[in-house]
Amino acid sequence: MLVGSSNANFGDLVLWGLIATVAMTSVLQASQGWGFSRMSLPFLVGTFFTADRGKAMIVGMVLYVTGGWLFGFLYFFFFASVGIYTWWFGALAGLVHGIFLLVCALPLLPFVHPRMASEYHGATIRRQLEPPGFLAMNYGYGTPLSTLLGQAVYGGALGLFLQLHQAAPR
Amino acid sequence: MANSNREIGDYGLIGDCRTAALISRDGSVDWLCLPHFSAPSVFAGILDASAGHFSIRPTGPFRVRRRYLENTPVLETLFETAGGTVRVLDALAILDGLKPMKPMRELLRIVEGCAGEVDLTIEIAPRPDYARRPARLREFKGIGWAFHWGNESLFIRSNIALDKAASSLHGHIRCAAGAKYRISVSYTRGDPAIFPSLGAEADLRHEKTISWWRDWARQFTYCGLHKEMVLRSALTLKQLTYSLSGALVAAPTTSLPEAIGHDLNWDYRYCWLRDAGLTVQALIGVGFADDARAYLDWLLHATRLTWPELRVVYDIYGRQSLKEEELGQLQGFRNSRPVRIGNGAYRQLQLDVYGDVILAAEAIVSAGGKLDASEMRMLKGLGKTVCREWRKPDSGMWEIRGARRQYTFSKIMCWVALDRLLKLHAAGHLSLGPLEAQFRHERDRIVEIVEQRGFNPALGSYTSELDGGHVVANLLLMSSLGYIAPTDPHFSDTFALVMQRLCRNGLLCRYEPGYDGGKNRESSFGICTFWAVEAMAARGEMAAAETMFDRACSCANDLGLFGEEIDAETCAAIGNFPQAFTHVGLINAALAIERAKSGTAPC
Repeated sequence: MLVGSSNANFGDLVLWGLIATVAMTSVLQASQGWGFSRMSLPFLVGTFFTADRGKAMIVGMVLYVTGGWLFGFLYFFFFASVGIYTWWFGALAGLVHGIFLLVCALPLLPFVHPRMASEYHGATIRRQLEPPGFLAMNYGYGTPLSTLLGQAVYGGALGLFLQLHQAAPR
Repeated sequence: MANSNREIGDYGLIGDCRTAALISRDGSVDWLCLPHFSAPSVFAGILDASAGHFSIRPTGPFRVRRRYLENTPVLETLFETAGGTVRVLDALAILDGLKPMKPMRELLRIVEGCAGEVDLTIEIAPRPDYARRPARLREFKGIGWAFHWGNESLFIRSNIALDKAASSLHGHIRCAAGAKYRISVSYTRGDPAIFPSLGAEADLRHEKTISWWRDWARQFTYCGLHKEMVLRSALTLKQLTYSLSGALVAAPTTSLPEAIGHDLNWDYRYCWLRDAGLTVQALIGVGFADDARAYLDWLLHATRLTWPELRVVYDIYGRQSLKEEELGQLQGFRNSRPVRIGNGAYRQLQLDVYGDVILAAEAIVSAGGKLDASEMRMLKGLGKTVCREWRKPDSGMWEIRGARRQYTFSKIMCWVALDRLLKLHAAGHLSLGPLEAQFRHERDRIVEIVEQRGFNPALGSYTSELDGGHVVANLLLMSSLGYIAPTDPHFSDTFALVMQRLCRNGLLCRYEPGYDGGKNRESSFGICTFWAVEAMAARGEMAAAETMFDRACSCANDLGLFGEEIDAETCAAIGNFPQAFTHVGLINAALAIERAKSGTAPC
């Protein structure tokens, strides 16, 4: 037993974390494709390491999916510590995570990202990546909504797997 | 305070590649939006005497001389009075890097006594949000003053004693030769404020700003006709660039009227794609390839929200919600009402923008740049949209409101879009695959339509619309866009008719009076005159090209700046100021003349 009373084993958690990450990434990428937002978290991650757009997407996607996958374990520990294993609680946790991302993490990016411009840097164009701005709305007014939706899907999926696992006959 | 006798051309521009300020000949900052070009104004005295200003001027009568410091947009104004002379240096500070503590934006004004003694009056009266929001004025003893509104603050530091008078700050000094005074106006939003230091540190920031601009200007490669005017145009374009995204705004102002006292007042603090191709060509042509590339990045990636379609205009971050609003509290420039913010043009369909963006990409590739996979995919998507849309009527390059029309120039720009994509494909920069045949077919179909219905045999000219009887100035671009040879008889006749109908006092209007349905007399349009120069140069009419170029340059203000339009009678600048499009036209016309003279680009 790895997560509280859910009896989920390590293999299950790895698989669910991966599926939830894929679901969240799909929501975020779809929101880009449909023109709700220009934000691409894999791209922002990838450009930490390379200025080449194509390579940045690949590197960023690998790191982002890996990160999302590992982050799933934090969610599982959180569910176990609270003792609630439901999809809605997972979605709620995802929403809180999304708000943190929009309000705290993304605004910090211009100060740590080597290729991102900020309000306080000079005007030299070696920093070309646009800063996210308040609630990342520089990437489109739909960005907060699509980010929250993606995170809610992520948390909800993780919660749902545990919920289904608990309900399944043993 | 804004003076009702001021002309638009009385203003000079200073900028920091994020926002820009307009400063009048008599030393008043009458326009500044913070923290960026299209944010609400803090000083808007140019639009209404009570909408905010920051003036430094002699108390008594004075004469003014002004110039930009060499290779910079740092403005030097010399006030000469009976008692002496002072100079005021104005700049929006640029400091690279995060290490020094610095505010989000800083307007730095340095006053130096040059000779004798001059009594000066200083008045700082910010009126935030287009004078819609009151600011609380608070003194920080021993540090300075602060105006607060919402989560925004403007901090004033100076070695001049400033006193509160109602909601403004006032000061008086007697400036003797050798004396030096500094006033720093810094802006912060949402963060703890940083009070910039005065004294030698302020001088250092000023010097670093000058160095930053001079370093940038070192890339300038043009050394032909009117070199100083061309460099000034490049510096102006750079000032209108928003460095956080790479966007380039059409002008830093809103509602400077196209006709004094009338209602043709629009907000130009946004990014028009119609400027794209010509702007990239201009930047590359005078050596600023990195800036051109940054602009193309913005063009291709900031417009992803609407891809594979393009809108006429976007904000600096590529968003399209530019809801138009009238500001009833402002009188407008010399009572030219209404003052508008936002721009309803974002709802229009303008098919020429596809050709403009693809032309920009082609210019980058021609200069040795490369397109990555996502950019190739985006360009191909734009080509597919052109194939689908080109038959539709649109609002055209001049955004004439009312019913859409079948503009010939829009069709030609759709031809340009497909033609350049096919050329990029042929040169191996882009793989069109099965799209090649479709693009080729549609490109040839556009030629058929333009030749059958866009050329009027009775006039012997291409016309503004299919089956039309009018001409417009953008038809002159047909040869430089590669649609037709400059010496082709059809183009020659079109050129002659455009010059006959649209040229007044050596300057060109964009279309004939009343063509847009308006009652106002059409002034000459800055860039159209430069298009005529380009066409003349391409046709080998060098003397005429240089005469017209000189004539247009003679209408710049004393600092080398142009507005959107030029009054053909008085040479006065009209419309939003300064206008990127006009300066793009000047650079391209100068390059065309030098290219025609030497057979290659100058230097």
